[in-house]
Amino acid sequence: MHFFVILVVDLILLLVAIAFLTLAERKVLGAIQLRRGPSTVGVFGVAQPFADGLKLILKETVFPKTANSGLFIFASCLAFSLSLIVWVVIPFDEYAVLVDINFGVVFVLIISSLNVYSIVIAGWSSNSKYAFLGSVRAASQMLSYELTIGFILLTLLLTARSLNISDIVLAQKNIWFFVPYLPLCIIFSVCMLAETNRTPFDLPEAEAELVAGYNVEYSSIIFALFFLGEYSNMIFMSTFFVVLFFGGWLPFPFLSFFAIKGFWLGFKVVCVLFWFIWVRATFPRYRFDQLMSIGWKVFLPLTFAMFIFYWAFFNFYVL
Amino acid sequence: MLTEYLNLFISIAVCSFVSGFMVVLSFLFGQHKPDSEKVSPYECGFNPFEDARKAFDVRFYIIGILFIIFDVEIVLLLPLIFIVNFFLPYVLAFLAILIFGFVYEWKIGVLQWS
Repeated sequence: MHFFVILVVDLILLLVAIAFLTLAERKVLGAIQLRRGPSTVGVFGVAQPFADGLKLILKETVFPKTANSGLFIFASCLAFSLSLIVWVVIPFDEYAVLVDINFGVVFVLIISSLNVYSIVIAGWSSNSKYAFLGSVRAASQMLSYELTIGFILLTLLLTARSLNISDIVLAQKNIWFFVPYLPLCIIFSVCMLAETNRTPFDLPEAEAELVAGYNVEYSSIIFALFFLGEYSNMIFMSTFFVVLFFGGWLPFPFLSFFAIKGFWLGFKVVCVLFWFIWVRATFPRYRFDQLMSIGWKVFLPLTFAMFIFYWAFFNFYVL
Repeated sequence: MLTEYLNLFISIAVCSFVSGFMVVLSFLFGQHKPDSEKVSPYECGFNPFEDARKAFDVRFYIIGILFIIFDVEIVLLLPLIFIVNFFLPYVLAFLAILIFGFVYEWKIGVLQWS
């Protein structure tokens, strides 16, 4: 019962965070393009995401006549549920983790692989050409970059010597992993953008060719679930990035006297999210063959070689 | 440890319930006035003239197959992080097969996209 209450509070806070992230994205994009962004609803547009959410719930859900309605709904529910479920293994502080399982990293890999299913099902069940092409693209893109993330995780686990995510953070007590693993940190940040289908790699929803990608037939709440799931994944990947490379909840060096619970993790995650939005405002879109060749021919061999290098290094170092 | 797995199970159930609940909420409060134009699949303004589920580029399929192979390799490499001895012969053999397979895939042009 205790756990249930904590879980529900956690989910509510997560949904609020997603809502404000959409607002923050529009505000920051507006500031970068010398506009004001949403500014009418509430004070400085703070209530904008809630108005949007209410609107999306009240809109009509359109089922295309050629679509498989069951799978059509199931895909968006799956995308949203998976993006919420993956949060339970993330430690917010020492001993402050909802489900403390010993293979948290593997759980994250499992859930992010399952995410591909929701996209494939969405594209296939809507039975529209644009949705189908978008889903095939999105699936192959996410699969390719997941491998790179897998190899990066393997390399980091060499140092942590544990599959528990809390142990990975505790292994960074002396030095955050982005110092010894700087190349992996840079590659992971690129993979993060590709994995969440964000801007330089947002080919699945390329407006010019595919109108909106796999969710072109979706409307109302079932579209909102995809949208919220995407933003939840974005926050999750930022948090995972912080946990892996920037010491999770650990405070900045020389600033450890400032120790409000959860402040440091939140601060770092917000910085990474700002970087996400900044990248969106700055870079043009990649071409699909470029995306695939950089994933398979540069990142994958590079991370694999680095895994073997670090592995040999640690073995000689330990022995 | 068993409570942790029970908690995991509860979280999965609750998260699935939340998304299902939101869909039900929308069905209760949203409006439903479908007409034949509204429910036709999107096709840039003209009527769709064939089924969308047709053949697509085989390279997407190959990416899927390669993903399975590499993902299994990652799973098999996971225990490796606990092994201290570098020169175990079967570890070296496994890595050699992995590298050889990747080079072969590259050489036969599976990864070529232009």
